Amino acid sequence: MDWKRFGFIALIITALFGAVVMVGQSQQRPLLIITSMLATTISVATPLTLGALAGVFCERSGVVNIGIEGMMLSSAFFGWFTGMYLSNVYGWTLMPSIVTGTIVAVFTGALMGLLLAWLSVTFKVDQIIGGTVINILAVGLTGFLNRQLFFGETSLFGGTVPSSPGVYSAIHLPIKEIFAPMCGGGEICLENINAINRVFDQKPIAWAAIILVFVSHYVLFRTRWGLRTRAVGEHPKAADTVGINVERMRYLNVIIGGMLAGLGGAYFTIESIPSFEPLMTNGRGFISLAAMIFGNWTPIGAWAAALVFGSSQALQINLQLFRESIPEQWAFLQQSYVVGLTPYILTMLILTGIIGKTMPPAADGQPYEK
Amino acid sequence: MQPETQKKSSVSQFIQVVSETSLIPFLSIVTAMLIGGVIILLVGGNPIIAYMGLLEGAFGSVRALSETAIWSTPYIFAGLAVALAFRGGLFNIGAEGQLAFGAVFSSLIGYALPGWLGFDLPMWIHLPLTILVGGLAGGLWAAIVGALKAYTGGHEVINTIMMNYIALNATSFLLNGPMKDHAPLNVIARTPEIAESARIMPIFDGLRIHWGFVFALLMAFFVWWLLNKTTLGFEIRTVGLNPDAAQYAGINVKRAIVLTMLFSGILAGLAGTVEVTGLNYRHELGFSSGYGYDAIAIALLGKSHPLGVVLASFLFAAMRNGATRMQFLTQLPVDLISMIQALILLFVAADAIVRYIYRIKAKGERVTLTRGWGG
Repeated sequence: MDWKRFGFIALIITALFGAVVMVGQSQQRPLLIITSMLATTISVATPLTLGALAGVFCERSGVVNIGIEGMMLSSAFFGWFTGMYLSNVYGWTLMPSIVTGTIVAVFTGALMGLLLAWLSVTFKVDQIIGGTVINILAVGLTGFLNRQLFFGETSLFGGTVPSSPGVYSAIHLPIKEIFAPMCGGGEICLENINAINRVFDQKPIAWAAIILVFVSHYVLFRTRWGLRTRAVGEHPKAADTVGINVERMRYLNVIIGGMLAGLGGAYFTIESIPSFEPLMTNGRGFISLAAMIFGNWTPIGAWAAALVFGSSQALQINLQLFRESIPEQWAFLQQSYVVGLTPYILTMLILTGIIGKTMPPAADGQPYEK
Repeated sequence: MQPETQKKSSVSQFIQVVSETSLIPFLSIVTAMLIGGVIILLVGGNPIIAYMGLLEGAFGSVRALSETAIWSTPYIFAGLAVALAFRGGLFNIGAEGQLAFGAVFSSLIGYALPGWLGFDLPMWIHLPLTILVGGLAGGLWAAIVGALKAYTGGHEVINTIMMNYIALNATSFLLNGPMKDHAPLNVIARTPEIAESARIMPIFDGLRIHWGFVFALLMAFFVWWLLNKTTLGFEIRTVGLNPDAAQYAGINVKRAIVLTMLFSGILAGLAGTVEVTGLNYRHELGFSSGYGYDAIAIALLGKSHPLGVVLASFLFAAMRNGATRMQFLTQLPVDLISMIQALILLFVAADAIVRYIYRIKAKGERVTLTRGWGG
C-alpha cells in the first residue's frame, strides 16, 4: 500500500463527506453530519471489509475467489434461519439464538470455502468457473429453501415467515460518560460528544471486522503461516521444494476465506436487518473483490478501500435525510438508481488502474501441477 | 465406391466426436437429476410424479412444445453470447445487463419511433431497425468492457458484473421515469406497447411461438460460421487459446478482444430484443431475471459450441417450462429447477467429479479463463 493510494482514498472520502455537508449544512451542524456519515460508513463497510479479507486470504494463497457473493448469500440465509428457528421452535432468547446463528453462518462459509477448494485445488477446475458455480448454487439453494420452507400451506411454517428474534445491538463505549463532565453543561459541547460517541457505538460484527483487519495483517506479514501462504501464492513450486504442502495451505486459506465471507454474510441478516430476502447481498461480494484489488491484496489497504465504498453508500443514505435541501432540478440525483451507482462506477474506475497499477500474487488463479 | 466409404467414415467420425463430447454433459445432467430426485424425496415429494410432470409440461402437447421453444429463444441468444466470449478467452457475466439494454432500446424504437417521425413506418423498415438497435445497444454496452480490458487491463469479470448493476439501475430509472407507460391505471414499471410494425409474427395461428425462434437457430449457425469459417473467427479463437502467441503471430489482440465483446453483447442484446418484439411487445422491469446467469450454465453445458448451446438451451427451456406443471402436480417450488441447473453447472464445470464417479479417463485440454486480475 503506497501513500499515493491512501491519499486518493482520503480524497474520495473527503469529497463524498463534503457533498453531504454542503447539502445538509442549512439543517444541521457539519460536525453532526460528519459523525453521522462516519457511523454509517463504518457499519455498511463491514460486509465489504470481511469480503475483501476473504479475498485476500484466498488470493494470497493463489486461489481466485469470485464466489464471495454466493458464500455471503448462503451464510446470510443459514445464519438467519438458525436464529429464527431456535427462537421460534425452541423458544431461545435473543442473544443465544443469534450468536448460534452467527456461528452457523461462519460454518456455512467454511463449507462453501471447502467446496471452492475442492473444485479448484483438487479438481483444478478453472477458478472463475468454480466461483461462478458457487454463486449460482447459492442463489438456487437459498431461493429454493426460502420458497420451500416459507411459502405454500404445506411448508414448514404453514405459509408464514415467523418473526426473527432480532439483530445485535450496538456495543456502547462510555465516551460520553467520560468526557461529558469536561463540557461543564455546555449544550453544544454535549451534543458533539454524543455525536462522536455514536461513531464508536458499532455492533459486534462491525467491531470484529475491524479487529480482523489487523489480525489478518499480523498473520499474513508477521507469522510463519503468513509467509507460507504468500510463498504458495507467489511461487508454489519453490514453496513445494522447501517442504510446504501447497494443496494443504490452499485448502486451509480458502476455508479461512470462506469463514470470513460467512461472517460478512451474517452481517446482512443478523446485524443489519432481521430478515432474509433472495439476492439480498446485491453485488457486495463482487465489490469486496474490487476493494481487495484496490487495496493491493493487503488487509489494511482492502479495509481502506472498503471504507471508500462504504462512504459512497453512506452518502446515499444520508442524502435521504436532507431531501428538502436539495434543489428541485438536482432532486433526481438522490434517487437510489443515480447515487446508488457510485460504488459500481468507482469499482470500474479503480480496475482501470488509473490510480496506479496493482500487483496480484504471481500464481493467483493457477492450479498447482506438481 | 471410394468417395462413398470416405463419406461413411466421416459420418461415423462425426458421430464419435459428438458422442465423446456430449458424454460428460449427458452424465452431468443425469447425476444432477438424480440428486434433484433425492432432494425431492427429502422434502417429502415424489420424484417420479415430479419428473413426469416436468416432461409433460415441457413436451406434453403442441402448446407445451411451442412454449418450450419460446423459452429457448432468449436462452439460445444469451447462451451464444457467453459461448462466443468463452471462445475468445473472455468471461462475459454481463449478459443480464446487455440483455436489459437490448430490451430497453428496442422497445424505445418500437413504440416511440413512429411518433418521432410523425408517420407510421412499414414493417420491413421498422422491425429490422428495432432489432438492430436492440442488438447494438447490448453490443456497445459490452464493448465498453472489452475496451477497458484491452486498453487498461480492467478484468472483464468484475466489470461486466458492475455493468450489470449499472444497467439494471438505469433500466429501473428509465422504466419508472422517462419511458414509463402512461396508460391510465398502469402502476407497473414498463414501457408502452410497441407498434404493430415492430413485432415479430407468430409462426402458427393460435400458438405463441414466433419467428424469433428461427432467427435464434439461424444465429447459432451464423456464430458457427463466424468462428470457424472467417479470419475474424480464427483470430478470436487464437486470442482465446493464447493471447501471447496471437500477438506474436501478428493478430491485433486488442481489436479482437473489443470485437469479441461487441459480438457477444450484440447476441445478448438480441436475447432481450426478441423477447420484446416477439413475445411481450414491451419491456417490463424484471422480466429477464436470471437469463444472463442461466446463459453461463448453458454455454458451459454446450461446451461453447453453437450446436451444443442450442441443445443446452432446449434442455433449460424444457426444465423452466415444465416446472410450472411440476409445481401444479407436486407443490414443489419452481426454484427446485434452479437448484438442479446449478448442480448441472457444477458437474459440467468440474467434469473431474463426473469422470471420477463414472470412471472415465480425461481427454483433451482444459480451458483457462483465470489469468490473474488486471493482467
